[in-house]
Amino acid sequence: MIKALGYFVEIIRGILITSRHFFVNMFFHILKVFGIKTKRKGAVTIQFPEQKKEIAARHRSLHRLVPNKDGKPRCVACMLCATVCPSECIYVEAAEDPNLEMQKYPSKFIIDIGRCCFCGFCVEACPEDAIRMDTGNIELAGYTRDDLVYDLDKLLK
Amino acid sequence: MIEALIVFIKIVCALAWFLLLTLYLTWLERKESAVIQDRIGANRASIFGIRIIGLFQPFADAIKMIFKEDFVPAFSRKFLHTIAPFISFFFVAITISAIPFGDSIRIGERTISLQILDFNVGLLFILAMLSLGIYGIILSGWSSNNRYTLVGGLRGAAQLISYEVALGLSLIGLIMVYPSLKLSSLVQLQGELLFGFLPKWGIFLQPLGFIVFLFAALAETKRAPFDLPEAESEIIGFFTEYGGLKWGLFMMTDFMEIIIVSTLLTTLFFGGWQVPWLAADGFHWPWGGEWLMAPWVVTVFHVAVFNIKVFFFCWLQILIRWTYPRFRYDQLMDFGWKLLIPLSLVNIIGTGIVMSIIR
Repeated sequence: MIKALGYFVEIIRGILITSRHFFVNMFFHILKVFGIKTKRKGAVTIQFPEQKKEIAARHRSLHRLVPNKDGKPRCVACMLCATVCPSECIYVEAAEDPNLEMQKYPSKFIIDIGRCCFCGFCVEACPEDAIRMDTGNIELAGYTRDDLVYDLDKLLK
Repeated sequence: MIEALIVFIKIVCALAWFLLLTLYLTWLERKESAVIQDRIGANRASIFGIRIIGLFQPFADAIKMIFKEDFVPAFSRKFLHTIAPFISFFFVAITISAIPFGDSIRIGERTISLQILDFNVGLLFILAMLSLGIYGIILSGWSSNNRYTLVGGLRGAAQLISYEVALGLSLIGLIMVYPSLKLSSLVQLQGELLFGFLPKWGIFLQPLGFIVFLFAALAETKRAPFDLPEAESEIIGFFTEYGGLKWGLFMMTDFMEIIIVSTLLTTLFFGGWQVPWLAADGFHWPWGGEWLMAPWVVTVFHVAVFNIKVFFFCWLQILIRWTYPRFRYDQLMDFGWKLLIPLSLVNIIGTGIVMSIIR
């Protein structure tokens, strides 16, 4: 009983904290209703589809293939990304390139985003800096699994 | 004939008030918790693109619950399983009949009290009906034929019965001070003045009784910090096997209990519809001077003030629910039996001593 009474102070402090939050936030909400702009907002919520949070520069988002000057991918189909990929979601098919400097180019380059774990190993492994994860596109959803299979055309965009 | 019509209208109005408030209490709960936690809360429900800070959310919730499958587990006792939420709901909903919303009004020859039924034993009636609500809990726990819900139901019954004792005992002091069980006369008596300026409300005469009643009543509503019977997130509670509208009835019962507790706190400890210094013909300030008003203005004042008090206590209970973590079961029982019941007994003895000295 004594112990329970000892907690009484903390109980009061707890309700003071929550009610402080309530009244301070309500104050800013009401200011907003009356059209008064304040630096502080009543809520920290970012209302996602309308407002978007700025993505950090190093954020790993959807992959892209870096094109050359002629618009073809810089990739030389060395298969390092497909080898290092832990979720085995990259499929590369090489073909011979008449250009002697390149020698090979990917005739197929497929990433199954549904399997990708966004570890970024493919980006690190690439010797040609041909694949990057800097598109800033994080809204990757599809109605079927096939929607999530990204091929060469989609990745070069 | 006309008497029956008046009673019917009163029932409809009181139930509409009760259910609408229940509906919007769900909205208030979501919004208030959001504001406490620096969020915005449900604001997406819209009709034709109009979304007034999420005020349509309760309707969206209700429509969703109505269209859900009415699922009954295969091994449950189907009749009891179906009837349990209705028992819970009914015994809470009926308590509104004894709550006085305002002073009696005069229309022509007739005097109409703003209360469905003015029982001689109104207070006991409300307490009894709230106790009977336990049947809903224990039946739902038992008839689901699931060991976890059975344990949840037993926990709920044990908790409610323990706190029922403190709830009843804390009111004895109040009944000693205002010698009546009739809620309308309880409120009438609270309209008098103490030392010429202080309204003679229950809170001023029975502060300890108020605290004990508040805690016991919070435990009666089965919400955090006393939410062991349901415990949405961790422990499995008594209505685990329910879905759709039956689950919704249990949820509504919770919110209706909040309102009933708020109305009880208002009626018993905060003067019900009484406004300080407002007599039947207007304000009589204690420092002299008057501010006379028409009788209908006074009635509107009474009902509005009653509503404001009730809203305040609903708000307070939701604030409490979003502040405190859950009790452990032994702490819960200790708090009820070792703290609240002795305190209420002390309150009874103290009230008796003070009354015998003053008399």
